Amino acid sequence: MSTQAVLLITSAVFCLGIYGILVRRNAIGVLLSIELILNAAAVNFVLFGSARANVHAHAFALFIIALAACEAVVALAIILALSRSANTVSVDRINLLKG
Amino acid sequence: MGMAQTDIIRTVAFGLISALVLVSAFWVVTLTNLFRAALSLGLVLVGVACLFLLMAAEFLAFVQILVYVGAILTMVIFAIMLTGKLQTTVDAPSRSCGLLAAAASGALFAILAAAILGFPWPISNQTEVVTPAAIGQQMVTTLVLPFEVISLVFVAVMIGAMVLAAGRERAKKGRVG
Repeated sequence: MSTQAVLLITSAVFCLGIYGILVRRNAIGVLLSIELILNAAAVNFVLFGSARANVHAHAFALFIIALAACEAVVALAIILALSRSANTVSVDRINLLKG
Repeated sequence: MGMAQTDIIRTVAFGLISALVLVSAFWVVTLTNLFRAALSLGLVLVGVACLFLLMAAEFLAFVQILVYVGAILTMVIFAIMLTGKLQTTVDAPSRSCGLLAAAASGALFAILAAAILGFPWPISNQTEVVTPAAIGQQMVTTLVLPFEVISLVFVAVMIGAMVLAAGRERAKKGRVG
């Protein structure tokens, strides 16, 4: 398990997440892609932290997981509110703030 | 079990786990059925927890399983079920848009891969392991500010999510009744 191999895997997951954000129309689908990106970042933190036995890197991976939970909670609350008020979950058709 | 044998087992395990992560990450972004995409995200999360275990970060692996697979995934599946009738059956992108997005993310991956392969990474000969006790110690000493800020964020998120999800009608009803 070399550093390069893990970095290639996480970059692939990161780019798949970018692709998902670009092509998904359902807001929950976009959220799933964002979770992929956050996971790739967390793995990179742990990888570099483990190579040098750095505690801060592990702590920051922990913070990433905590903030991902916060982000998912707020995003899902917004999606539920939108599904009630705008009657859609498609990011293309959410234009309440459009002038 | 000799040192070489352990290395071989670790390499095989890493190969299997990374294949699992890559295939299920691909499913997450390509499956048109959103429920199946969420279940594939669960596979990715379990795979990432296994990667944490391989990197000797047991505590993070447990947190990953508990928070991500236990809490976030359950919530996402709930949201998919609650908004189920609004979802169109086909969530596929239009052809040109999908091709453009694939080209953009493919180019990004090519740049990243070139940078990663071109850099001489030092071979890690790690001997000490980050223990949960060490993480906890840092949390209450040098990282105490981020720790406190994140608890504030948690409170804000809880209140905000409740206000958002309760909706205007229910809030009004509560005021009247």
